[in-house]
Amino acid sequence: MSSTDVSKMNPTAAKQKINLADLLIEGRAFGALLVIIVFFSLMSPNYLTVSNLLIMSSHVAIYGILAIGMLLVILTGGIDLSVGSLLGLAGIIAGFLMQGVSFNSLGVIVYPPVWAVTVMTLAFGAFLGSITGVLVAYLRVPSFVATLGIMYVARGIALLITNGLTYNNLGGNEAYGNTGFDWLGFNRLFGIPVSVIILALLAAIFGIVLARSAFGRWIYATGGNQRAAELSGVPVPFVHICVYALSGMLASVAGLVLSSQLTSAGPTAGFTYEMIAIAAVVIGGASLSGGRGTVRGTMLGAFVIGFLSDGLVIIGVSAYWQTVFTGAVIVLAVLLNSLQYGGKRF
Amino acid sequence: MDTSVIPVAAPETSEIVLSARNVAKVFGSIQALKGVNFDVRRGQVTALFGENGAGKSTLMKILSGVYKPTSGTIILDGEPIEFDSSTDARNHGISIIHQELSLAPNMTVRDNIFMGREIRTMKGVDFAEEERQCRLLLAELEENIDPRTKVEDLRLGQQQIVEIARALSVNSRILIMDEPTSALSASEVEVLFKVIRDLKSRGVSIVYISHHLEEALQITDHAVVLRDGNMTAYAPRGDIDLEWIVRHMVGEHFNLGSPPTGYPFGNVVLQVEEVTVVDATGNQKLVDELSLDVRAGEIVCIYGLMGAGRTELLECLAGRLAARHGKVALNDRDITRASIAERIAEGLVLVPEDRQRDGLVQTMTIGQNLSLANLRRLVRGLFTSRRLEREHIDNAIRRTTVKAGSPDHLIGSLSGGNQQKVVIGKMWSTNPKAILLDEPSRGIDIGAKAEVFRLLAEGAREGLAVLYTTSEVGECLSVAHRIIVMHKGKISAEFGSDVTKARIMAASGEAVVH
Repeated sequence: MSSTDVSKMNPTAAKQKINLADLLIEGRAFGALLVIIVFFSLMSPNYLTVSNLLIMSSHVAIYGILAIGMLLVILTGGIDLSVGSLLGLAGIIAGFLMQGVSFNSLGVIVYPPVWAVTVMTLAFGAFLGSITGVLVAYLRVPSFVATLGIMYVARGIALLITNGLTYNNLGGNEAYGNTGFDWLGFNRLFGIPVSVIILALLAAIFGIVLARSAFGRWIYATGGNQRAAELSGVPVPFVHICVYALSGMLASVAGLVLSSQLTSAGPTAGFTYEMIAIAAVVIGGASLSGGRGTVRGTMLGAFVIGFLSDGLVIIGVSAYWQTVFTGAVIVLAVLLNSLQYGGKRF
Repeated sequence: MDTSVIPVAAPETSEIVLSARNVAKVFGSIQALKGVNFDVRRGQVTALFGENGAGKSTLMKILSGVYKPTSGTIILDGEPIEFDSSTDARNHGISIIHQELSLAPNMTVRDNIFMGREIRTMKGVDFAEEERQCRLLLAELEENIDPRTKVEDLRLGQQQIVEIARALSVNSRILIMDEPTSALSASEVEVLFKVIRDLKSRGVSIVYISHHLEEALQITDHAVVLRDGNMTAYAPRGDIDLEWIVRHMVGEHFNLGSPPTGYPFGNVVLQVEEVTVVDATGNQKLVDELSLDVRAGEIVCIYGLMGAGRTELLECLAGRLAARHGKVALNDRDITRASIAERIAEGLVLVPEDRQRDGLVQTMTIGQNLSLANLRRLVRGLFTSRRLEREHIDNAIRRTTVKAGSPDHLIGSLSGGNQQKVVIGKMWSTNPKAILLDEPSRGIDIGAKAEVFRLLAEGAREGLAVLYTTSEVGECLSVAHRIIVMHKGKISAEFGSDVTKARIMAASGEAVVH
């Protein structure tokens, strides 16, 4: 019988293997993005121009912001189907507040300034998200079911508030002091659309939080092995509530950006966007069972989807074919994921 | 393997139907079986004895086609054979009834017995015919169970009978039973034994694995003892007694250390008063008004069989399970209502039994696992300090002597013993005052065991209160100052470190040695 317990592995070999695996995960989304850019540049001279790249990026910003929240949830082993509806609802809430809130008993109409509208909208998104979090963390409702419920509730509230109509006039009025809502969607800083800057900032913040903070490590641990995390003193319920609240808040950010880009807010905005966000996260190499994934990968995933669908529009492929291509890319990504993680079941 | 210890078949024994020759099995760096010979005889019961980790389950899984042997041959009816799967083995008449029953509780007895081999007709499944066959089978087993009852509505003993009926329904000639009585009441055991005798008279061969040595002796015709992957003894029932089994099971004492001495114990660190834990249904007491104290510098071992309530007790102390009654105090502070994180902060930590399920995050590196319980203390400003974390990890690795190429490798690259050291190191590095370890030696080889116990002794010397559980008698008599035997949720005996193995086993309900 062996009397010592020596791990028989060659350190350098193991190191190389891990690095190679990392390269494969992140490299394939990057590779796909390169292929897409090269292909469409050859197909259309307008594709690879600064102005088009910036326009496409401002589209990507919406998906990208949603996908960051989705990544946080997926890293804990959950899923958030409510982000599309929350995006729509956020626009409606903002629109509702911009139209002025009338207090009949006092006979006044209050026009909150844009910053207050923004804060209230974000708080509302975080609040709805934290309801999901409580359902998942304390009442043990599977996240799929909890967020499915919130998805319908949020969409329903959006339709109820507007009676199915769209808020068209989000520009505000000088007289009421609530102008500036279109700043998010239209303005540029140093030539770059504000929405893209917001995406970059959020990606940087959450990238660092996941990589460096204790909270980030708790997210990975919760998704990797919830029982072990609990026994190590990780506040698992707190982590759950936080990630759903953050996801709800990021969905609201995306909702604000979208309605600002359109200067209107419709109750059906963001319909099925949750699927695009999930696709971006998965293409970015995250594991749907939790514990694996990075913001960097997710961003690449969002750009793959955004650049692909815009490219198809530019070269004039029909919208029906766009759907088919997007679906094929998603399946391919998941296939690669299962090849990547399939053998590792320890 | 020295085959000379196996006597030539005694003249009165019947023919051999299934045998293993020189069977070895290696899992990674662990050799679970080291060339074992094993025979099953027609219409007879062969009991397999051995401590946890001796290789019993591995051997049975090889015989029933779940695992393929690394080397060696399986001989069925005189012909060498290789099973592709457990289904293949079942088609050859070999069935296994696992310790954890493999029934679908949400389905009926009939559906469970015919699971995967439904009687199909053009009009769908022929439920009437299935039911008729079920009734016949159950009548043969003299068990009055309606085939349309859901399995979850049956008592555990009855569920066991359903498992047996399922095995018989495929005309099994060889039935392997892994701890069939662990969940049964005394009267249910009687029924099971009657069934086994019936089966024998019909020519069915039985392999019987049990920790309840006396029970097994009642029913068996042959005894085989495994230890550390080797077969240490074989004899027909007539030639053996309980002492013979225990002697061969436990073997000569491998030195797992001795209780650290030369210092006085400190104050009582961990105080447990009349703690009761109930199961999910709220009816059954898993831990029954149990009280115990552990002092600083003291190592206490809890010995008990499966189902004695050891794990539940420790999980309750660590805060994972709520206590229905009772009080838990650490250094005179009541922590009965504290969360797991609060208990860790107070200085009470648990090293769980199942390190894959409860101990490690497989998607993380060795270092990340080591620092997980301590992240709060490594935060400087907004983020965890990389330098502090690295120091922390290096300290933990040095202290628990984890043999790792680099802390940046995935945890799965380590051997079982080193993974266990990582779990211990993770909890230990929170500077606890009391450490609970649930079966710290499970699934690791003897060298790593000795190192784990050496760590515990070191910790105690530094004033740590240590409480660990084990289901191997040999490990009670290592570093523990005090040995507590648990039986059905209660303390059935308490010994000093000078106790004998036989007395411990007697107190656990495992065997009564006169």
